[in-house]
Amino acid sequence: MDKIKNKNKISGGIKFLIVVLIIYSVTALLNFSIIKEAFLNFSQMFIKIIPILIIIFVTMILVNLYFTKDRIGKYLGSKSGIKGWLYAIISGILFSGPPYAFFPLLGELKKGGMKNSLLAVFLYNRNVKIPFLPVTIYYFGLSFTVVLSLYIVMFSILNGKIISWLVKDES
Amino acid sequence: MKSIDKQPALKMSFLKALQSLKNFLPIIIGMLLLINLINLFANSYYSKIFTNNSILDPLIGALAGSLSFGIPITSYIVGGELLKQGISLITITAFIMTWTTVGVAMLPLEAKFLGKKFAIVRNILNFIFAIIISILVVSTLTFLYNG
Repeated sequence: MDKIKNKNKISGGIKFLIVVLIIYSVTALLNFSIIKEAFLNFSQMFIKIIPILIIIFVTMILVNLYFTKDRIGKYLGSKSGIKGWLYAIISGILFSGPPYAFFPLLGELKKGGMKNSLLAVFLYNRNVKIPFLPVTIYYFGLSFTVVLSLYIVMFSILNGKIISWLVKDES
Repeated sequence: MKSIDKQPALKMSFLKALQSLKNFLPIIIGMLLLINLINLFANSYYSKIFTNNSILDPLIGALAGSLSFGIPITSYIVGGELLKQGISLITITAFIMTWTTVGVAMLPLEAKFLGKKFAIVRNILNFIFAIIISILVVSTLTFLYNG
């Protein structure tokens, strides 16, 4: 009975989406061109993140399949040591895509035992964006880009340390 | 034999990932729809919010970046254009840094998956770091070029 109830229950995410669609509908009645432009921008943005979502989906399958709690603990958890920090920094720099697309995957890793400090380090290092380096150099110069990138990596470690003091890992 | 053993595990992993996708996809779609609507009103105000005050502007820049949302490349382009308009590099750096590291709009999503306390502490910390980094970057560049 509970299962049937749960199946019929609308998730919080769907409720949120419905509220947003109502806002869109009301705004469309008042000014259709604004909604048209907003929807076009949304479509362009969403199309760009589809490949990332597919990669994340496949990664989640692999994480569920191969990253047992023991393995996560060894590489990204309490037993990971300095190597864990290095993995978080390097993967943060190498993985491209919007951070929100990574939250579900990181959530799974956190459930498996990934430390809060390493989550913060990974997320902070995502700001060293290798594909965008030419644009940054074009607008702000090479020195600015190099100095900013180095500070991001340095502060990511400080970020992880402070997070580990302030937000305790779930046992 | 090993591949046969893996089959149920693979199916379970696939179903688990599918369940996660079903949970987060409506939130991501809703967030992106909402943000693209808000951005239409916000984008035209960027150049009007700065005051040419060297203390206040980096704070305004960091605040504007925190509330903004979009692909990171947009922040570099907006930042580059603001720089051409005479806005200070410290302000622009704070703006770019918070645009990519502080996500007020995505805070509910981050809290849902990584925990409320983690999301709030991380975003506050990133806001403070953005201002510190912007000052350090410009100071370092000034030191490098002027000795």
